[in-house]
Amino acid sequence: MATEIADLFCDISQQAPIPLQAKFHCHAGELLAVVGPSGGGKTTLLRMIAGLSQPQLGTITYGEQTWFDAQQKLNQTPQKRHIGYVPQHFGLFPNLTVLQNVMSGLDHLPKSQRKQRALDWLERVNLNGLPDRLPNNLSGGQRQRVALARALAREPAVLLLDEPFSAVDRETRERLYIELARLKSQLSIPVIMVTHDIHEAQLLADKMILISQGVMLQQGKPFEVLSRPNNEAVAKQMGLRNIFDATVVSQNPQHELTWLSFGEHQIATENAPALNVGEQVRWVVPNQGIRFNAITSGRLCRSINKLDVEIESLLVMGETVRVIASVAGVEHILNTEIPMHLCQKLGLAKGQKTTVAIKSDQIHILYQS
Amino acid sequence: MDWQALLLSIKLSTVTVLLLIPLALVVGRWLAYKQFKGKSWVEALIMVPLVLPPTVVGYYLLVGMGSQSWLGQWVEQLTGQQLVFNFTGLVIASILVNIPFAVQPIQRAFETIPEDIRDAAACCGMSRLTLFFKVELPMVWPGVLTALVLCFSHVLGEFGVVLMLGGNIAGETKTISIAIYDSVQAFDFDGAGTMSLVLLIFAITALALTTSLSRRLGGQFGHRNR
Repeated sequence: MATEIADLFCDISQQAPIPLQAKFHCHAGELLAVVGPSGGGKTTLLRMIAGLSQPQLGTITYGEQTWFDAQQKLNQTPQKRHIGYVPQHFGLFPNLTVLQNVMSGLDHLPKSQRKQRALDWLERVNLNGLPDRLPNNLSGGQRQRVALARALAREPAVLLLDEPFSAVDRETRERLYIELARLKSQLSIPVIMVTHDIHEAQLLADKMILISQGVMLQQGKPFEVLSRPNNEAVAKQMGLRNIFDATVVSQNPQHELTWLSFGEHQIATENAPALNVGEQVRWVVPNQGIRFNAITSGRLCRSINKLDVEIESLLVMGETVRVIASVAGVEHILNTEIPMHLCQKLGLAKGQKTTVAIKSDQIHILYQS
Repeated sequence: MDWQALLLSIKLSTVTVLLLIPLALVVGRWLAYKQFKGKSWVEALIMVPLVLPPTVVGYYLLVGMGSQSWLGQWVEQLTGQQLVFNFTGLVIASILVNIPFAVQPIQRAFETIPEDIRDAAACCGMSRLTLFFKVELPMVWPGVLTALVLCFSHVLGEFGVVLMLGGNIAGETKTISIAIYDSVQAFDFDGAGTMSLVLLIFAITALALTTSLSRRLGGQFGHRNR
C-alpha cells in the first residue's frame, strides 16, 4: 500500500527493441499526458513505469523509493510498485464479476474491508447497481469505469492510464472526460495518461510530453507546447498547419518586437529569441492567432499584422469549418479552422476577398534543427 | 467383450491424463507467452508424434526404454523391473505420444488471453500463482477440456505404440484396441463388434460433450471482452 504521496521521476533510455528516451517529473496531484503518434513508444514508456517491462538504462523513482536503477541492477516488480494501471482495453478479468474485479486489486487489505472499499469506488465512478455483472455484459464506458475503479480502489502510488478513451464511443468519451476531470481534482497522486489525441491532452492534462519515434520532443503545459513548439517537428505533431518561411528585417529588444518579411509583407512578432537581421527563419501561428475580418461589417480585431486574403475553399467538418485562403503577395496558403457559427457570422464564402489579422503575440519563431 | 481390457484402457487413459495435463499446462503456458530463439524447433519437436506412424514412435521408445538402453538398464537396476512390456512403460509411452494432443489446445487457449489482462493482474498485485488459478485457468478451461478429452480418447484407442512397447499381456498391457485386434484374429467378430461399438459411442459422446461444454465456457466470458 502506498505509504506516502510523492512525485514520480523518470529518466530512461534504450536502443532496442524500440529506441526510447524520456526524462520527466510528474508531481503529486498532476496529470501528465504522454502524447504522440502510434508506435512512438508511449505505451512502452507507461509499461516501464509500471514495471511491466524494463528499460536498458536510467532510473525511475517515486519519492524516496527507487523503482528502477539500471546501474544498481534494481528493478521492483509491478506488485511492489503499488500502482493503478488501466490498460488500453481495460484488462478486466472476464470470469470475475464487476465487484470481484475491483476486489482483486485489494488483497493487501484485511478481508473484511475489501468488499466495502470496492463498493465505495464503484459508487464513486457511478457504477452502483452492477456489482454482479460479468464484464462481457457491460458497455465500453462501463468497462472503462470498472477498470478505473479497480485501479483507484488500491489507493495507488501512481495512476497510469493507457489511451483510456480510445475504446469507447464519442458520447461516452465526452462523459468520461468530465468524470476524469472530476476525479483528478480529488486525487493527490501523480497521474500519467498516454494518448495520441492532442485535444484530450489539452482538455485534461496539467503537463504534457510529446514523444515521436521514441524521442521526447518537448514537455510543458499543453497550451505552451501548442503555442510555443520547440521546433517544426513538434509543431507538426501538435497539428499546426501554418508554418512559413520569413527573413528577419529588424529586432527591437526594448519593445520585444521583431519584424519579419513575409513575401511583400512585413509582420511583427513578440517574444522572439535574439535573431540577426537577414536571418532566415521558420515561423508558426496557431488557429487562435488568426482572426478573419467580417465580410459584411468590415470590422477587424486590432492588430499590426494585416494580410489580404482570398478564400479558396470552405470545408465543413462537423461544428467547425476548415478555411483555406491564399495570401496576396505571398505564395503561401493559410489553412485554419474556425467554429461554424463564427464562419456564418463573419459571412465567409468561397472566392471572397477579406483581411486576416495575425496576432503578433501568437507568432512563434521555430528553432532550426 | 473383454472387460479386463476395457478397464485397463480406462485406467491407462486416466493415469496418462492425470500426469499429462498439469505438465501440458506448464509447457503450453510457457510456449504461449515466451518468445525465444528456436521456439519453432521446440514446437516442431512437440508435434512430431502427430506426424510419425505410431509404429515408428513405438520402435524408438522400445529402443530408448528397452533393457538394452541405458535408461532401461538404470530403471531395472533401481526397481528390478523392466520399463517395457508392463503398465508403467505403457504410461510413459502414452504420455510421450500424447504430448501434442495435450499441449496444442492448451497453448492456443493461453495465446488468446490478452496481454492487457496479465498486465492488469500484475498491477493489481496478483502473484503469478494467483493469476494462474484466479484468472488464467478459468479462461483456458475450454482448451484444457479439449486436451483432456483428446488425450483420454487417443490413449483409449492407441494401438501401434501399445503393441510395440507393451506386447499383449492380459491385465498388464492388453488394452481394448489390442483386444479388438485379437478378437478379429480369432474370428470373434461379435466380441470385436461390441468392443468397437463401445469405443465408437464413447468417442461420439466425448466429442459432443466437449464441443458443447467448450461453447458454454467460451461463451460465458467470450473473447469480445478484452
